[in-house]
This record gives sequence, structure tokens and C-alpha cells, in this order.
Amino acid sequence: MSDKDTASINRNRAVDVALLAYIVLSYAFVFAPIAASFVFSFNSDRFPSIPLGQFSLEWYRAVASDPLVWQGLRNTLFVGVIVGVVATALGFGAAYTDFRYRFFGKQVYLALALLPPTIPVVILGLAMLAYLSRINLSGNALSVIIAHVVICAPFAMAIIRLRLSQMDPDLEAAAWNLGASEWAAMRHVIIPFAKPAIFGALFITMAVSFDEFAIAWFVSGLNETLPVKVLGFLQGQVSPRINAIGTFVFVTSMTLVILAQILLTGRGAKARPGADEQE
Amino acid sequence: MRRSLTLYGLTFSLPLLIWQLLFFVFPLVFLVALSFWTVKNFRMQPDIDAVNWVTMYGRPLFWQAYGITFAMSAAAAALVSALAFPCSYAIAFKLSETGRRWAVFLMVIPFFTSYLVRVYSWQIFLSDAGIINVMLGWVGLGPYGLLNTVGATMIGYLTLTFPLVVLLQLFSLAFIDRTLIEAAHNLRCGRLRTVFAVIIPSARVGLVIAALFAFILSFGDFVSPIYLGGGDPTTLSILITDTTKSGQQWPRAAVIALTMIGTLMAVAFAAVRFAYKGRTK
Repeated sequence: MSDKDTASINRNRAVDVALLAYIVLSYAFVFAPIAASFVFSFNSDRFPSIPLGQFSLEWYRAVASDPLVWQGLRNTLFVGVIVGVVATALGFGAAYTDFRYRFFGKQVYLALALLPPTIPVVILGLAMLAYLSRINLSGNALSVIIAHVVICAPFAMAIIRLRLSQMDPDLEAAAWNLGASEWAAMRHVIIPFAKPAIFGALFITMAVSFDEFAIAWFVSGLNETLPVKVLGFLQGQVSPRINAIGTFVFVTSMTLVILAQILLTGRGAKARPGADEQE
Repeated sequence: MRRSLTLYGLTFSLPLLIWQLLFFVFPLVFLVALSFWTVKNFRMQPDIDAVNWVTMYGRPLFWQAYGITFAMSAAAAALVSALAFPCSYAIAFKLSETGRRWAVFLMVIPFFTSYLVRVYSWQIFLSDAGIINVMLGWVGLGPYGLLNTVGATMIGYLTLTFPLVVLLQLFSLAFIDRTLIEAAHNLRCGRLRTVFAVIIPSARVGLVIAALFAFILSFGDFVSPIYLGGGDPTTLSILITDTTKSGQQWPRAAVIALTMIGTLMAVAFAAVRFAYKGRTK
């Protein structure tokens, strides 16, 4: 350090400042559309641009008075909650399987468990639409649920698997040695340990389902979810209503994500389960 | 570990397996069968006829769309990798521990905002009377036709892929052995040369995988090419949505989809081969 001449230190500082400026620029690019959508959702102009028009809630009013939007929101929530629960349950099972068992064909099993999100959504959408209409399951909320679980379960599996990898595998064996059945060990050792990740996965998968529009657009038929509705707005009369919906969905999703974050990083996740079992 | 088949174990393993077989593998397999069906009088009939393959592959428009989609996704993957790298590099090596955690947290946020809303937002920036043209007008330039161009599609692709690529690159940079970099410095290796001779080769797997994901996402995206690119040039994903949504030509859409899957598998295989090349030494 000491033998560096001042010139090189100055040069380093210039590079550092440039790199930090580049970070700021990158985040500006990423957040520009998000921020613009937020700002223009409160702007009165029909064709949003600068300079800003009046502050106005008319787009929120327009959205709130549109029964189809409410219908879409109900569908989205209904689908999202069920998808969250089912995907988390399936993801938990897969994560536990990977954690505990070694068997022939495990690579294939894991590929099945993790691959779906890497397939482009247009292809999955088409495949789901064709297949589900063949078995008479297309065009309703159930078809959206089925399709969303396929792409959400891998996220749940990954989140819960990460948590389980922090657990000492001997804990479960210790419970067995102390006379617990496998089911009891699951209930009193594994699930309490994985609980924060389970809830984290629940919220994350719900958030993924809330935002998914492409597959839902293919398979939902008349039971449009809110994101599919937004796609409709985008195709038809482009209007700042999209911003109002977007801001609302953003706030909802972020609430879920922050809840998940608090649960996943929360302290005391280790101490509490023991206390629960005392009763 | 011990007994392989127990009711207990199967309770946890089977549900996901069954679900993904029923609703992930079967639909994709069904797509293959569907591509050999025929459409008569607007009704699909089970059949084994290569007519859809022959029709689609005989169309110059299809191959044109294929070439354009491939070129644009490859360009997007290269562009986003190049643009994201300085950002991930700076986050990995120039920020404090706390700063890095915030940077990661902020980069995760876009995943939970609607991509559609962000694309619409870019329309506000790029349209003829949009934010960018108004600002250019202040300095006496423009207006330029920014929307409905390939450049606008690229911005859409970047919006879709940039956060993911930064996170994946960051992840691979975090695992670089810092002593390697110090060694390079001690050996008087210049800054830039350290980046190209030490850091990029060590992080190669992650960088290639990140670019691969950017390619896959751009290849399958139909929102940016339609709503920012104006639907021209036509990409394969636009062809799929058009063919599926207008009329009963699902078998032809299946041909396009299977061609896309084949391409993606080939690209993914090549990318992984390249990423791990020489790793086994």
C-alpha cells in the first residue's frame, strides 16, 4: 500500500467514482419505468408526458369503478392464494425429498422440480392451453391454478431447500433415536425448523402468481386475472389506468415480499419451535 | 438414505412428481403430438400428418422470423451482459457489505413489479410526445420516432433481463478467490487486465449462464416486440400468439413452439459446454 504513488491513487479514485456512478445509472434505468408508472398514476393527462398535469385520482377512480377490474382482482387473489398453498406444499415435499433421500433417477426428479421456469411462457402457455382443453380443464380459474403451480413450485422448492441445507441432518436422526416416529420428527423437528422458509415460499409464490400474465392469458378464457386485464388495456385503449393498477399491484407484491424477507431473515426462528412444543 | 420405498417418503416425494408429470411433461409431449394433427373446417383432428411441419418450414416468413428472433435475442444477451458487468463488478468489489445487501435487495424488487406495467411505462418515455422527446425538444432536437423500433424492443429486453443478469453475475463474482486478484495486483497486473485475465475467466460459468438466461427470456418474450417494437419485425413469439389466438391453427403454433424448444436446448447445451470447457483439468 505505502509504495503506491499518489498518481495511481488518484487514478483509482476516478475509476471508483466512475464505477459508483455506473451503479447509480444502472439502478436509474431499472427504476425509471417503475417510478414513472407511480408518478403518472396520479397525473391527470390522458397521454402522460412531461410537464406533469394536475394531481388527480381519476385513474384510480376509473379503475375502482370498473367491475371487470374487480372481477379480475378477485380471480387473481383466489388463484394466487390457492397457488401459493399448493405450490408451497409440493415444493416442501420436493425440498425434503432432496434433503433426505438419495435414489436412482434423482437428477431427473430434480430437473422436473426446477426446470419449468426456464421454459418460455408462450410455449408453456400454448402447451397448457392445448393439453388442458383436451382434458376439458381449460378456460377457467382451475386451469390458471394448475399452470401457475407448475411454474411456482420450483421457487418454493428452492427457498425451502436452502433453509433445510442450514439444518444439521443429524437432528432428525436424533429425534428418531429418542423414539420419535418419522411423522413425529417431521412435525416437531423439520417443519418448525423450515417454518420461516415455508411462509417465505408461500408469499413469494403468491407474488409470482399475482404478476404472471402470459400463461394466464392463454388458458384463462373468460376468467381473466388482473395481469391479463392489464394486457387487455395495453392492447386496446392505452390509458393511464395501467399505472393505477400497476402501482396497486406493486404495493401488494412488495408487501408480500417484505413479509417473506422478514420471515426468512428473522432471528429466533430457531429458539421458538421448542417453546411451541412445551404446551 | 436407508429404505427406499416407504409411505412416509412417498407422501413427500410423489405429489410434485405427479403434478409436474401431469401438467408439465404431458403438455409438452402433447405439443409434439399436436404438431402432427390436421385442421379441417376449423376443427382439429387427431392425425399423423407432417403437413404442419411442411407448411411452416416452407414459408420464407417463418425463417425470416426465426433469423430475426435469434439475432435479436443473441444481441440482447450480449448487450445486457456487457452493460450489466460493470454494474455487478462495482457492486461486488466497490461497495461495503451493507451497500451490497441493499444493492441486491433493490435489484430483486423489479421481479415483483409487473413487466407489462414497466413496458407501458417505457411507452410513456419513448412515444413521439413522450418524456425523452420533450427533453430533447428543450435542447432543440427531435422529435425522433423512438417507439416501434428495434431499439425500443431492446430496451424492453433489457428491462426484462437486466436485474436477473446482474444478480447472477454478482453471485458468480462473489465466489471469486480474492487472493487471486491480490496476486495479480502484486504481480503488477493492470486494473483492466486483471478484469479480463483473472476476474472474467474465474467467473466464466456464472457469466455464461447469465447470458444464457438473458437469451432464453428474450427469445420467448412477446410483450416487448409487440408493444415497444410495434410488432415489426415479427418474432417467433408473436407468430405463436397470433397463430394461437386467431383461428384454430394450434398445430402450426405447436410447430413453432417445438422449433423454439429445440433451438433453446441446443443453445443451452452449447452454452453449458462452453461455460465448463477446460474445467475438468
